[in-house]
Amino acid sequence: MNRLPRRLLIALAIGPTLGLVVFYAWPFITLVVEAVDATVIIDTLGRASTWEVVWFTAWQAVASTAVTIAVGLAPAYVLARYEFRGRTVIVGLLTAMFVLPTVVMGAAFLAMLPDSLDRTVWAVIGAHVVFNLAVVVRVVGSLWEHLPTDMEAAAATLGASRWKVATRISLPLVRPAVTAAATIVFLFTFTSYGVIRILAAPGTRTIEVEVWRRATQLGDIGGAAALALLQLAALIAIVSWSTIAQRRHAQAIGLLPTSARRRPRTAGERRFVTLVAGAALLVAAAPLVALVVRSFSTPTGWSTAAWTDLGQTEIRPGIRIGIDPVDAVVNSLINAAWATAFAVVIGALASLAIVGAGRAGRALDGGLMLPLATSAVTIGFGMLITFDTAPVDWRARWWLVPVGHALIAVPFVVRTCVGVLRSVDPAMGDAAATLGASPVRSWRATLVPYLWRPLAVGAALAAAISLGEFGATSFLSRSGSETMPIAIEQLLGRTGSVLQAQGFALATLLAATTVILVVIVERLQSPFTERPRR
Amino acid sequence: MRLRATPPRGNSSLRRIGAVATTVALVAAACGSDDDGASTSTDVAATADSITLVTYDSFPESDTSLNDALAEFSADTGIDVEILVAGDTGTMLSKASLTAGNPEGDVMWGIDNTLLSRAIADDVFEPYIAAPIADGSVEIAQEFLDLVPNGEATPVDYGDVCVNYDIGWFAERDLEPPTTFADLVDPAYAGQLVVQNPATSSPGLAFLLATIHEYGLEGWQDYWSQLGANGVEVVDGWTEAYYERFTWAGGGPTPMVVSYGSSPPAEVIFADPPRNDAPTGVIEDTCFRQVEFAGVLRGTDAPDASRQLVDFLVSERFQQELALNLFVYPTNQAVELPQEFIDFAVVPETSRSLDPAVIDAERSTWIDEWTELVLG
Repeated sequence: MNRLPRRLLIALAIGPTLGLVVFYAWPFITLVVEAVDATVIIDTLGRASTWEVVWFTAWQAVASTAVTIAVGLAPAYVLARYEFRGRTVIVGLLTAMFVLPTVVMGAAFLAMLPDSLDRTVWAVIGAHVVFNLAVVVRVVGSLWEHLPTDMEAAAATLGASRWKVATRISLPLVRPAVTAAATIVFLFTFTSYGVIRILAAPGTRTIEVEVWRRATQLGDIGGAAALALLQLAALIAIVSWSTIAQRRHAQAIGLLPTSARRRPRTAGERRFVTLVAGAALLVAAAPLVALVVRSFSTPTGWSTAAWTDLGQTEIRPGIRIGIDPVDAVVNSLINAAWATAFAVVIGALASLAIVGAGRAGRALDGGLMLPLATSAVTIGFGMLITFDTAPVDWRARWWLVPVGHALIAVPFVVRTCVGVLRSVDPAMGDAAATLGASPVRSWRATLVPYLWRPLAVGAALAAAISLGEFGATSFLSRSGSETMPIAIEQLLGRTGSVLQAQGFALATLLAATTVILVVIVERLQSPFTERPRR
Repeated sequence: MRLRATPPRGNSSLRRIGAVATTVALVAAACGSDDDGASTSTDVAATADSITLVTYDSFPESDTSLNDALAEFSADTGIDVEILVAGDTGTMLSKASLTAGNPEGDVMWGIDNTLLSRAIADDVFEPYIAAPIADGSVEIAQEFLDLVPNGEATPVDYGDVCVNYDIGWFAERDLEPPTTFADLVDPAYAGQLVVQNPATSSPGLAFLLATIHEYGLEGWQDYWSQLGANGVEVVDGWTEAYYERFTWAGGGPTPMVVSYGSSPPAEVIFADPPRNDAPTGVIEDTCFRQVEFAGVLRGTDAPDASRQLVDFLVSERFQQELALNLFVYPTNQAVELPQEFIDFAVVPETSRSLDPAVIDAERSTWIDEWTELVLG
């Protein structure tokens, strides 16, 4: 498997590379070239407020990431290793927290906070932790569930305490996945937008918020693009470091092709699982319950009108609001289907290329993460002025939206797959070669089978990301293709209790759709994972 | 055991591919950005009988009586109108500036007086005042026409941003609601007002402009210091202010919020359960006038059809739908308002306004000063 033919690697890498160049690099570079010059950069770097914003962005991201990882490991372990009733529902709920639009989750989170914590940095960090738990659970969990348990069992048999087993064996084995998860959480919190706008004190800004403000509220596109470059530079440094670190710590372990989940056996295990799963359920369900409650409340009491009238756009005789929640659900699902298809194909090709291709693979790996590090406004505006002339007059095309979603989702598919693929024991490839298999055949027999399970997990994440996405594509103009997040924001942006309750009803629907989607994919896992033969 | 490094051959050709792809992309990018002016895209995309109306995100895309009116226009003229939603008004203008000359559509609805000067400076519009206004068959107030002395765009609707108050809250406490800006800094009303950050919110900016109108270029800073001392709360946007902090709609702690002059009728129309009186009132003295314009986008390939659409946008047929769909008032003076608006909305006799050119020139400075003063 080490000597895959060059042509195969090129064939694998060309799709992801072209996609990245055409739909990310080109629009972003076009905008920067159009809007930024030396003066703009000097002005931006010379403003004291720039450095205040950079400092706040950096420290809240570091703090949020550290706390998220610390809090997330226990649920990641429990959900990956133990089988129990309600497991997939908890995974689904946590994933819903991650993908629901922040305008909605921010409001739900605010409703639960004590007043003294409203609009403080603690509210921001708390929200970041809760919203990003799913990243740790899924990225670390997808490796954890394939780790053989014999080493842990052996250590326990030899008398190691539970704590010692955890810190000396379980954690070091998943270290690359922890680094990967931390990178993603850091990227997300560093570029945080909605949470900051809703939960932070007014005037507290991350770079992402400041880019949005300059580009859309002040019309200072040059200043916005310069800040976006600054953000990108900072994040490239981090991502490069993380990509190197993940490789350095990658351990070749014989992974199990099927998950190693089992029911908790001892009373101690049962207590541990109940405690951790219960806490995770509470954290994930509380804001969602707040959503449901708000969909039934009006200033003067309780009402079911938001739900009973959801499909009915005529609010009062002769008065319609022009926001059709049912249409929005359909549009969102269609977008999500396409975005998932794009992301899974591109992500699978890229993962195989990355694992097989050494240094060039690592460049591709890092490159695919860049869209997460780039301000959404600048990509959206870049697309607007790049795809504006035949033969690439694409700015009003419907598929630009799922493509934009895929741009954000691919890194998740790649992170989930690469972590698992890197840990496949190369001895298996060697054995296949010894038995006379050609490099390609040995690769197909020993590596590719491990792709399906993380790919399914990646697909669920991609679909969920697409359903809740409110980034670059919300800066594309749209025509008759309102998605759920947009419809929710519209409903919550107008006066009138019916509209407000409907907004929360639709948000509940979005959360439910996400949970159902994730649960279905979790159930589908067995057909995928039964394919490899040991 | 580790994976061995891939042989260098595979490596370098991947890099070569990357280089080729990047070069192709860069060359294409260079071509793309170079011929803005000579673009052919709109020529191909649209024929004269199909035009695109670019608008902000609260404009309904379909299904409302506003869209019915547009459908009648299409039936009468054979010109199909497609609606393209570009985001909030600021985002819409930024996009229009970026694409000036090669626009996303043909007609733009909704640039307001705080942004008009920038739109004109960025050469977004092909100057046009609706023919029925020019020939006098549609009458609109002179104050609106004065905003576009060179006929850059057509005033299509207006509204006010005003402090709203929770009528029930004040009644319960036997407290008279404030009536002037000066009242708002009275300790009797301490901690009772929530406003939006003018840096991130258009009603927030309008309220700041109203205070500048009242206290002048040198006096507003002092007024805001007093507002701060009196416990004014600042949040990021309208939704957070109205639905989180306002006592009436959000169950929050503040009984006064910066919102619209048309919010009270909206509270009646969209009430659940239905009600016959407005739960909120408007402090008229605090109202700042927002006027919105429609214009023909420079670079349209259907200028005639676009002008026809702008003419229709000021017609009685279309203007009569504005109040209940966009919660703004028609500029066409022949149009009668719906009953809810007559009963519950407030159109102040003299609403505050500032010269759009001054707003555009000073906006950044004012916002920075405000931020330093109120949040810093």
